[in-house]
Amino acid sequence: MTYIAKPVARHPRMKVNALGLTPRDYEGTMSTLCAGCGHDSVTSALIQAFYELDIEPHRVAKLSGIGCSSKTPAYFIREAHGFNSVHGRMPSIAAGANAANQDLLYVGISGDGDSLSIGLGQLCHAIRRNVNMLYVLENNGVYGLTKGQFSASADVGTRSKGGEINRHGPIDPVNLALSLGATFVARSFSGDKRQLVPILKAGMRHKGFAFVDVISPCVTFNDHKGSTKSYAHTRAHMHEVVETDFVPLRREITAEYGEGATRSVTMHDGSAVRFNKVDADYDPTDRGAVLEHLRQVRNRGEVATGLLYLEETGEDMHAFENTVEGPLVDLPYDVLCPGSAALAELQKEWW
Amino acid sequence: MGHDRSAVNDFAIKIGTVNGTGSASANGLLLQALFRMGIPVSGKNVFPSNIQGLPTWYEIRVNKDGYTARSPDFQLIVAMNPQSLARDIAEVQGGGWLLYDSSKEIEDELRRDDVTFLGIPLARMCTERFDRARERVLMKNIGYVGALSALLDIDMQVVRGMLEEKFSHKPALIDSNFVAINMGAEYAREHWSCPLPIRLQTMDATKDCVMVTGNAATALGCVYAGATVGAWYPITPATSVMDGFKEWCERFRVDKEGGRNRYCILQAEDELAAAGMVIGAGWAGARAFTPTSGPGIDLMSEFIGLAYYAEVPSVFIDVQRTGPSTGMPTRTQQGDLLLTAYASHGDTKHIALYPANPKECFEFAVQSFDLAERFQTPVFLVSDLDIGMNDWMIPRLEWDDAYRPDRGKVLSAEELEQVRSFSRYLDVDGDHIPYRTLPGVHPRGAYFTRGSGHDKYGKYTEDSEAYLEVVDRLAAKIQSAAAHVPAPQVHVANGGSPIGMISIGGCHWAVLEARDELARGGMDVDYLRVRGFPFSDEIARFLDVHETVFVIEQNRDAQLLTMLSQETGCPRDKLVSVRYYGGQPLSKGHVLDGVRPVLAHAVAEAAS
Repeated sequence: MTYIAKPVARHPRMKVNALGLTPRDYEGTMSTLCAGCGHDSVTSALIQAFYELDIEPHRVAKLSGIGCSSKTPAYFIREAHGFNSVHGRMPSIAAGANAANQDLLYVGISGDGDSLSIGLGQLCHAIRRNVNMLYVLENNGVYGLTKGQFSASADVGTRSKGGEINRHGPIDPVNLALSLGATFVARSFSGDKRQLVPILKAGMRHKGFAFVDVISPCVTFNDHKGSTKSYAHTRAHMHEVVETDFVPLRREITAEYGEGATRSVTMHDGSAVRFNKVDADYDPTDRGAVLEHLRQVRNRGEVATGLLYLEETGEDMHAFENTVEGPLVDLPYDVLCPGSAALAELQKEWW
Repeated sequence: MGHDRSAVNDFAIKIGTVNGTGSASANGLLLQALFRMGIPVSGKNVFPSNIQGLPTWYEIRVNKDGYTARSPDFQLIVAMNPQSLARDIAEVQGGGWLLYDSSKEIEDELRRDDVTFLGIPLARMCTERFDRARERVLMKNIGYVGALSALLDIDMQVVRGMLEEKFSHKPALIDSNFVAINMGAEYAREHWSCPLPIRLQTMDATKDCVMVTGNAATALGCVYAGATVGAWYPITPATSVMDGFKEWCERFRVDKEGGRNRYCILQAEDELAAAGMVIGAGWAGARAFTPTSGPGIDLMSEFIGLAYYAEVPSVFIDVQRTGPSTGMPTRTQQGDLLLTAYASHGDTKHIALYPANPKECFEFAVQSFDLAERFQTPVFLVSDLDIGMNDWMIPRLEWDDAYRPDRGKVLSAEELEQVRSFSRYLDVDGDHIPYRTLPGVHPRGAYFTRGSGHDKYGKYTEDSEAYLEVVDRLAAKIQSAAAHVPAPQVHVANGGSPIGMISIGGCHWAVLEARDELARGGMDVDYLRVRGFPFSDEIARFLDVHETVFVIEQNRDAQLLTMLSQETGCPRDKLVSVRYYGGQPLSKGHVLDGVRPVLAHAVAEAAS
């Protein structure tokens, strides 16, 4: 039995957001993942982000492929439509759904097997298309459901639970996304909610493909000594290159920012992302510099985290396709069908 | 020779050229001229999978009685390509004619005594007459059209009118084209006795018709059905469906004020993604489709299973080509009948529609979307290269402005407000079709779409009973579509015959012609054309009441016969398979060769 309904109980004095909803209203069914799974922390960060952004639950579409990560859309927002599709193919479902109705908030959850092996092509092309969605890659370096095979994000030299050493070079999803022209690229850690929540919120507000690689350890198959995706290894090697704060539109920007606050990027809807620089001279809007900086961090054996790159062009898939405002699904049939007179006229060309 | 060579409005010609030299537009001009002369005509393009430089042919058949299936009996061949000259000469019917470019003379050993050789030095004439290199190549094509005009007695006024329409924006081209036409025609009149015994005569048989390809008509059907999302990956012979959709959308679907599109065409990274996009769009409530061919259906199969099991409306257009594997991408076949009917692993079965010409492509395209939404499932429009890419003469398309899309059982926000609870896969009405909701409409409509095991409430399950309940309902749901797919077209001989023929799709025209010929020879045969799947009761009855049934199709392994036998339980031994699968459109001869030997025997047996 892998479906367990979660009882909806709430404390009468629990805080509510602008819609009168509590964080509980953004939960889904009970997680069936292993106790301590990083993915459950990501789910909890997502729930907090939805709640804090006052998002209407039924205006979210949550999508996934196949794998442990792809089970997680069931664990948040029960009042949102969910789509657990086929392995590695969620990006195309999201692109099609978004083409039909661009007014929903699309949240895709994937894993390193789903995104970097079987679904690598679809991920790349969703980035190129700049599908307006939040795409979370829950990255643990291992195939969980099939019991512990290395994934394409496993580092060279990492040791499996069974003692095998990985010799294949990893695909770095952040590097990949940056080189393909992604407009929002972040990396975080499931164990660092302080960092993850503002990144997810900014990703939800980004107009375009918001890519968030989250190191999310697998407690059962990849949390041992010798793994570079374990809790201990990630905590020891994580390096926050840039600290992010998300300022929603409705909040008056009165907060005091320390000397580190060097840059603010206004999002498409008017909200803002504040970057508090941690590394000197880091510019999260200069793609080339970001790639170079990340290369240096990687060469030191560290895992760079933060909202690493942001470009708020507003040029998403619909801009490329020059579609009308609003959902295509809302267009009435009479504006879609040319009618009999047009058909008669048109056929003069077929004579 | 001996036999009468004369034939008015009843012959076939073939034109051999080099692909990429502009001959397609000259051939199109020729076909259109005959059509405008009111004569029933068909054109078949036999082209290589190549951009430029290889042999290509265009076949034209005119027939006063309206038989326009392919005829391989060419009374006249125009041989403009030295690469294919030997083959072209060999293919002329005895007593026929070969029109060739005599700028370079034909070697004696290639000549035949039973063929009249008509040499015209077109390359040389074009070099003398035209200055620019490209013009010299292009006008050589127009030159043979001119020669044919004289040889076949084509109405020059019609040709002139067409050139004027075609080049109305470039009047200089009207003149240079007409110079080339006259150059060819004058040479023909000076050197040969024109017209030939095979010739044309104006008729009045095409005035209610148009000339169009199946893919253009399919694309237009998608527009009229109200499809807003099209996803695709380029593939011969389906590409022109999306070209057509784009063309019609640019004309009819651009918002006049803002210049923005009321459609979204996504060129996917592969067919897997194209299928995913269609399913995503269908799930979100749009009418969405993808045009592809067999290799694309292979790649889409996993997603097709998802759409079947998760019950997502989606339209797949399969313009079949010759398989297996890459096969012969520019030749036709009906090799995907089984593939489309049962695509994807596990137990699956799909609604399929089989058009026989561009008119049905248009009508069935519209119906595909209605069926997909009514039955919440993938629907296949199964066309082929011959129907899709060749020009067909069809009765003018009509449209009923009272038509409204059948969106099926979709709950609105108001309806969801009224219900106490919603379960996605519950058979509320006892018709095997559950209610559907669209994302973003109402919190109560939310559910989790999944390809994994689910119960009737839409919840994940690994429980046998709960699983069976859903998959058994799915089987019943698809079967119930049999009464809603296009009904078979039945032709009963006077008084009925114990012998029947069944065919599908583009086989139709050759079968009709063969059937008439059999009837003239005293052998009456009933005929049924399958137009939809699952098979309706009428098909089972037809099989039941006939003692012998010929099943005529264009694939090696008798796929239609297999489906008929499996789906209706019809005894295998009453079915006689007639197959042609060499990649050309079916001809009368293929049917007669398969039917005649068995038919005489069957008729005798039925009588005893």
